[in-house]
This record gives sequence, structure tokens and C-alpha cells, in this order.
Amino acid sequence: MVVTTTWYLALGAVLFSLGAVGLLIRRNPLVMFMCVELMLNAVNLTFVSLGAELGDLGGQLSVFFVLVVAAAEVVVGLAVVVAIMRRRQGATADDLSVLGG
Amino acid sequence: MLDLVWLIPALPLAGFLVLTFGGRRLGEPWAGWLATGAMAGSFLVTAGVFLDLVGRDAHDRRSVTTLFEWVPAGDLQVDVGFLVDPLSLTMCLFITGVGALIHLYSIGYMHGDGDFPRFFTYLNLFAFSMLMLVLGDNLLLTFLGWEGVGACSYLLISFWFTDEANATAGKKAFVTNRIGDWGFMVAIFLTFFTFGSVAYVDVLDTTAAGTVAQSTATFVAVMLFVGAIGKSAQFPLYLWLPDAMAGPTPVSALIHAATMVTSGVYLLTRINPVIADAADWVPTMIAWTGAGTALFAATIAVAQRDIKKVLAYSTVSQLGYMFLAVGCGAYVAAVFHMVTHAFFKALLFLGSGSVIHGMDGDQDMAHYGGLRRFMPVTAGTFIIGWLAIAGVPPFAGFWSKDEILAFAWNESPLLWVVGLVTAVLTAFYMTRQVVLTFFGRRRFADPRPDEVDAAWAARLIRADEAVEAARTAVVDAEAAAEACRGTTAGADAEAAVVEAEGVLAAAVEALAGAEDLVTDVRAAADARAELPALALDDAPYVGAVADELPETVAARASHHPHESPWTMTLPLGVLAVLSLLGGLIQLPFSSTTKRLEHWLEPTLFHNEVHLSIGAGTLWVLAVVAVAGGAVGIAVAVAAYGRRRIDHTVFERPVLAEAWRFDRTVSNLMGGPGRAGFEATAAFDRRVVDGAVEGVATLVRREAGVLRRFHNGLVRTYAVGIGLGAVGLVLWFLSRSSF
Amino acid sequence: MDATVFLISAAIVLVGALGVLVARNPVHAALFLVQTLFGVAVLFVLQDATFLAAVQVIVYAGAVVILFLFVIMLLGVDRAEDLGVEPIVGQRPLAAVIGASLMGLLLTLLLVATDGPTGALGRTAPLGDGADNTRRLGEALFTDYVFAVELTALLLTVAVVGAVVLARTVKGALHPLPVVVVATAEEPPGATEERSSVDSDTELDIASTESIEGGDA
Repeated sequence: MVVTTTWYLALGAVLFSLGAVGLLIRRNPLVMFMCVELMLNAVNLTFVSLGAELGDLGGQLSVFFVLVVAAAEVVVGLAVVVAIMRRRQGATADDLSVLGG
Repeated sequence: MLDLVWLIPALPLAGFLVLTFGGRRLGEPWAGWLATGAMAGSFLVTAGVFLDLVGRDAHDRRSVTTLFEWVPAGDLQVDVGFLVDPLSLTMCLFITGVGALIHLYSIGYMHGDGDFPRFFTYLNLFAFSMLMLVLGDNLLLTFLGWEGVGACSYLLISFWFTDEANATAGKKAFVTNRIGDWGFMVAIFLTFFTFGSVAYVDVLDTTAAGTVAQSTATFVAVMLFVGAIGKSAQFPLYLWLPDAMAGPTPVSALIHAATMVTSGVYLLTRINPVIADAADWVPTMIAWTGAGTALFAATIAVAQRDIKKVLAYSTVSQLGYMFLAVGCGAYVAAVFHMVTHAFFKALLFLGSGSVIHGMDGDQDMAHYGGLRRFMPVTAGTFIIGWLAIAGVPPFAGFWSKDEILAFAWNESPLLWVVGLVTAVLTAFYMTRQVVLTFFGRRRFADPRPDEVDAAWAARLIRADEAVEAARTAVVDAEAAAEACRGTTAGADAEAAVVEAEGVLAAAVEALAGAEDLVTDVRAAADARAELPALALDDAPYVGAVADELPETVAARASHHPHESPWTMTLPLGVLAVLSLLGGLIQLPFSSTTKRLEHWLEPTLFHNEVHLSIGAGTLWVLAVVAVAGGAVGIAVAVAAYGRRRIDHTVFERPVLAEAWRFDRTVSNLMGGPGRAGFEATAAFDRRVVDGAVEGVATLVRREAGVLRRFHNGLVRTYAVGIGLGAVGLVLWFLSRSSF
Repeated sequence: MDATVFLISAAIVLVGALGVLVARNPVHAALFLVQTLFGVAVLFVLQDATFLAAVQVIVYAGAVVILFLFVIMLLGVDRAEDLGVEPIVGQRPLAAVIGASLMGLLLTLLLVATDGPTGALGRTAPLGDGADNTRRLGEALFTDYVFAVELTALLLTVAVVGAVVLARTVKGALHPLPVVVVATAEEPPGATEERSSVDSDTELDIASTESIEGGDA
């Protein structure tokens, strides 16, 4: 059995869906972040697979930058989470609905 | 002189402006003289322009002077300009002429009124509007004048507005006119739509060239006819004119006799090419409306007691004649009658105003009688006016009315019959008015019915009291007799008994006499109730209580009516001369004497119907008409003068109440009409407003529903994003091939 | 051989993902995440993206997840989350729908559709084998894409500065979080439409919330 690109892409799709579902279900903000990381990883996998199929380095370059930005995003996001969560123990994402109408 | 035509309306306008701001300071009588001066100046300019036009050739007599651009709105270009042609100039002549005379008259009539300057302010504004109406060179300018005269009519009818009845009459006039104005407006819209312009020159020339569809011409003609019947008080929009008599008499003379009410006839004459191009039933409708209204109003005038109401209904009737003439295609006859009617009707109104002035405001003809000794000039001029309107040759009214009747015969004998009957009735009621006012017994010295009734009632009370006293006396006498009989016998006692019985007998007799008296008084009072309101003879019921009447009766009898000052009698004289000689402008004997017809020819575009009856028939018709008039006069004199015929035969209540048409209209408007109005208002409130507010309510409700999605929870928004992503994938799926 | 490695790695990845989803304890979730990241790194190696595999392990698994754990420990949010109850009405069903349809549709798109990537665009640099990968990547980055690299450097600097500022310890008492009535299962969102836009429970005082800049309460 030859592993074609489609296998990788399918895995990426499943990983992405799992990440999306996790984001919607979990209430803990940190776990929600982790699900975002899952989705980003799925995207990275897709990029690399397609880059390999097309014989182009662009896929890996994109992953490089996605990685960097994801790292920055995590840093800032966690700082925000820290700033908010410090004020109340056991807060969840549901508690931040001041902007409700 | 022609380029000074703008002065004709400008002078009354200037008078109006000066009086608006400085009228109160000018006061009486200078405000009046200023207004009269403006009108006189206007008349002189008109005369000058007239002479100018007369000096020209017949086909050169139409001229348009444009002052300035009024409405430059895209395709619609309306200018303020004056169309000077024979028709408008004829109207201007008698508007300014008769108007100036009435202004002069008003100086005397309104003497002592606190609102003297305001009256002349309105009169001048009215004159300006009327002149714009006739001089305007397009339908919109005519409409401006149309509305202006309507507004001034309202202002002047309710001049003494502190009395609510006067204010209501003014409102009624305005509202009824408005119904007609709707027709006028629709006609203007359609004219612009069809011709691309509302100027007479464009409309009439295009129509006369025959390039207009018959349906368009019919519609325009009918709509303008609707406007005309509102302004000229034809059935069914005549209701306002009798009520308009609530205004001062000069107003009635100027507006509701000579000028404003003739604007409808003027309009129809102006658009004669449109009528000629319309369907055949349009002129027939106009003619029958006129004839019907003439007869209808004449029957009502027969039973009126107010001197001005008789003249009001008479005006409606004469306007009907003019509409009849227009409907028969006799435009010259209509204009001729308009001119003569202006003379004699203004004369009659001013004369009646003089009578009212002399009688200190009493307008009921039942209180007049024998006034010619006290007001000889008024009586003389009034009689001339009467002869004119009754159609007695050689006065002006005879010639014009006869011409209309000739054209009516030409159109349809039935129309002629209606016209003839109306002429007979006209002669009858005008004679009635003259006889009741100026001849016969001096009823102004009579006690009023309520005063007599009060005297009789007092007498009845006294008679009843006498009966009571008599009864008491009888009882006392009986008791005394009983007492006498009961005492001891003796010659003295017997004599006393006889005496007592004598007293008793006398008392019983007195009682019988008192009871008879009561019966007599009651019978006399009942007899009084059955007498007609108009007491032509000495009333027997009065004499018995003549000494018991209040002082006011004697005061009234000794206060004789007086003749009016020269400011009022001079116009009467001038108008009397015009009523006598007015027929000269259109004598039917030969072509040279038909001056009015030649003069008006350029404005008629050959739409004047030609009489297809011979001179012999014309003579017969004339003789029959004069005979009819004579019959009417004779019957009236017999009924009211010589009392050979019972006058109550003619004065039916249904006629006095104007066939109860006014009341029917009120009930209709008050009952189903009001229901209709309120339904419309409710519809507006619930459906129209409801739709608008319903939109707001709907939005609010939907917003309330949609608000649920904004709960501020990130995870809900994430669900939204997820759904969007699914949608995106679906889209890609739909675009890919399998 | 490739297939075997792939399948094993795929299994590792998916198990890790599922673990993140269902782990009650956030620390456990972080560890499962590490598992997923390792699996993905193996898949990178399989595709000759050796440099990225290394970076994945070092940066992602080595730094980012450690950061996660640090924050978890710092805030004490290691208390287990109650996964049994879902306060928002309809969230679970909708999540299921979204997940299922996303997965299904994507797989359909991948497996059934005949259009594949064309590779017509995006010619950056040719791909080498695993040994050459780092050099090629370095060349491409620092010649063609050096501007982007500098920007990412700037981005990282800003992120660090921002994180330091945001997560500073402030002096004085901390304002409590505003208590807002959340639409719970008992009270469906629609029932709250009567409440005005400014809830009386809200103690959030916008003007004075941010002592983050100030430092004085």
C-alpha cells in the first residue's frame, strides 16, 4: 500500500474536525487553546503534504511562519488568560459575556 | 395705452397693500375714498385700453402682455401675463365700473362700522383677484384669481364674524366653492398633460385647429364645468349663495351678483373651442343644468321673506339663464346677459341695501310697505331695476333675456318652455318684492306678532282673574243670601233677602260675562295663530288690544325710514341709467346694432351658434315672453297689491325652505357622510398609520428575536464560525466535479 | 514500511487529539497534546521535512506546551472541569453537527472529488530530500523571504512585551470579574429579552477597570 498525499490530507481533515469540536465543547480556556493548537497542527500537516506532492518548498515555508505566529499567539493569549483568570478562580469562557446584548 | 394694462389689477392691489398696513390709521372715511379711488383709476385705465382696442382692426384685438416668469418648472412654463382681448376687457369694464360704484356706495353703507377700513381692504383685494382672474393669460393665473375671489368671499361674508351664523356662512361658501375648485384643478392638470402648456393662446388655438381628441376635450370641458357650477352657484353647488347674504349688502352686490359668480360663465365662454370639440352631450348638460337651476331657484324666490334672499335666489336663477345660453352655443347672449345682469342686479342689491339702511337693519319684507314716500330715489331706481329684470322692454334685461330665449328655442323648445316659465316666475316674485316693499300699507308701524300675542296673553290672564273674582263674588253673594234667609223674617229682612238675591243674580251675570270674555279672547288668539305671516290687511285681532301694546310699537311707528346719503344714491342712479340703456349694446334688429357680437367675435373662434329661426318667429317669441312677464306682474299685483288672490297659495312652506335641499344635504353629510368621513379617518389611522407603525413594531419584534444570538458567549460565536466553515466546504463541494 | 509508520503515527495523533478533547484535567489534556505533536513530527519526517519536525518538537512540544503547563500551575485551573453539564442550550448537538459535517464533507471532498491540486502557482523553491532540507529552507528564508522573517521577529518581540505587560502583577486589590447572568439551560436565551441592556447586576465600571496601565487602584 502506497501512502498517497490523500491519506495525509484526510488525517489533517480529521484532526482539524476534532480540534473544532473540542473548541466548541470545552469550557476551560486553556484547553480551548490546546484545541486551537490541534487545528493549527492539522493545517501544518496539510501544508507539508501538499508541498511534498508538488515538490515545492513553499509548503514548509508556510509551516515555518505558521509555527512562529502560533507561538506568538499562544504567548499573548495566555497572558490575557492569566490577566482575566487571576480575578476569579474557576472561571470559564462562559463567564466572559459582558458584551451580551 | 395697452402696455399700461398691468395697472388694471395693480391699482386695487396697491390699495389693498396701503390699507393693510395703514388702513386703521386712515380710518373712516379716507380708507373708503382711497379704495374707491383705486377702483376708479382702474376703470379709467380699462376704458383707455378699451378705446385702444376699439381703434384697431377686429383680428388685431388680441394681445398678450407678459410681466414675468412665474413657474419655470421643467416642461411647465407659466408666466404672469395678461391676455387682453374683447372678452376679458368686457369683463374688466363692468368689474371696475360697477366695482367703483359699489365702493362709493359702501362708504355710505358702512358708515359708523368699527371695521370700516378692513372692509375696504378686503374689497380691494377682491377686485385685484377678480381682475387677475379675467385678465390672466393662462389657466393657472385664472385659478389664482379664482381662489383669491373665493378667499375674499369668505372674508367678506363673515365680515361680522362675531356672530357665529355669519362665520358659518363664510365657511360654507368656501367649502362649497372648493368642491368646484377640484374640478378646475383636474382640468388644469389634464390641460398641461395634453397641450404641454396652460396658456390660453396655446390651448385655444390648438383646440380651434381641431387637433384635440374628443374625449380629452370632453373631460376638460366637464371638469371646468364642475368648477364653474361651484363658483356660479348652479345646482347642486348653489347652497352657499343664499347663506352668503349674511355679509354686508355691498358684498352681496359686488361679489354675489355682478362679479365673482359670473366667473364661471366667463370661464366657459373663454374655453368655447374646447366645449365645441367636446361630445354633444356636454353643451346639452350645461344648458339643462342652467335651465333647471333657473327654474328651481325661481320657485324658491317666490316664497322668501328676506329681501336679500329673494335677490340671492334671483341671482342663482339668472346665472342659470347664462349657463343655458352657453349650453345653447349662444356665448354672446350669455355675455350680454352677464353685463345687463351686473347692472340691474347690482342696482337691486344696492337698492335693497338702501332700504335696509333706512329701516335700521330690518330685512324682513313683512315689516316694509309703502316705503316709496320715504325713500323716493331708492324706490325709483329699484323700480327701474325691477322692470329690467322682469324683462319689460325697452329696459336692458328684456333684450338679453329675449336673446337667450331665442337661442333656447333654437336648441330645443322644451328648454324654451322652462326659460319662459322661469321668466314668468321672475316677473312674479320681483313684482311681489317691489309691491311688498314700496307700496301698500305701512306695515313697519304694525306691532309684531309676538307683541300682539303677548298683549292677548295678558288680556287672557286678566280675563281669567276676572272670572275667578266673579266666582268668588258669586260664592260670597250666595253666602250672604243664605245668611239673610236664615235670619228672622220681617220687612227689612225680606228687603235684605231680595237685595242679597239681586246681588247674587248680578254676580252670576258678571261671571257669565267674564267667561264669555275668556272665550272671546281665546278665540281671538286662535284666530291670530291661523293668520298668514304676511299681514297685508289690517288685522282685526290687533285693534282690540291696540292700547295694551308696548311702547316700542309706537316708537317704531313714529320713527320713519329715511333716504340714504348721496354716496349711496348716486351709484343707484348711475346703475339705473345703465339698466335702462344697457340693451343698446346688442339690439337684435340688424347687424349694425349687434355691437357686442362683433366686438366678441375674435374670441369665439366661430363657435357661436347661428339662429336658424326667422325674424317672424323671433317676433312671436318676443311677444310671448313679454306677455308672460306681464302675466307674472299682473298676478303679483293682484295677490299682493289688490288682494284679489290669496297670496298664501304661492308661498308654500316647501318653497320657503328651498325644497328642503339644504337640509337634505346636511343630513346626508351629517349622517352617512359623517360615517364615511369617520370610516376614512379610521382607515387612515388603522391601515396607513398602522402600516407605518407596524413596520416599527415588526422591526422591534424581530430585533427582539435576533437579540438572542448576541449572548456574549464566545462559544456561541464559535458555533457560528463553525457553521460558516461547514458552509464554505459545502460550497467548494458544490463546485467540484465527481 | 511507509504505510506502517504512517498508520502508527496517525493513530498516535488521533488518540492524542481525542485525549485533549475528553481529558477532564487540563494537565492531562496538555500531555495528550504533546502526544499529538510528536505524532505530527513523525509525519513531518516521513515527508522529508526534517527541519520542521525538529522545530515542531523543540518549539511546540518543548516551549509552547511548557508554557501551557506553567499557566495551568500558576492559575490553579487544574481543577477538573465538569464535562457532564453543558450550560449553553444546544451547544453539544451543534458541535456534533459541525464536527461531523466538517469531517464528512472534507473527507468527501478529498476522497471522492476528482479535482486535485494543480500546483500551478506557488513556485518557491524546489524540494530536496531530507538531508538537504535545512539548507534549502535557510536559503529560501533568508533570501526571498527575509522581509517576512524580520517581521516575524518583530512580531515575537511585540508578543513578548505584550505578554509581560498583560500578565504583570498589579498592586492593590483586583477588581472582581463582573457577574453577568448567563443564559443557562433553565433560562433559555429568549427569556432574557426583558432585561435592559445595562444589567443591574453588572458591577463592571468601565472607566475604572483598567488599573493595568495605571498601577494605582
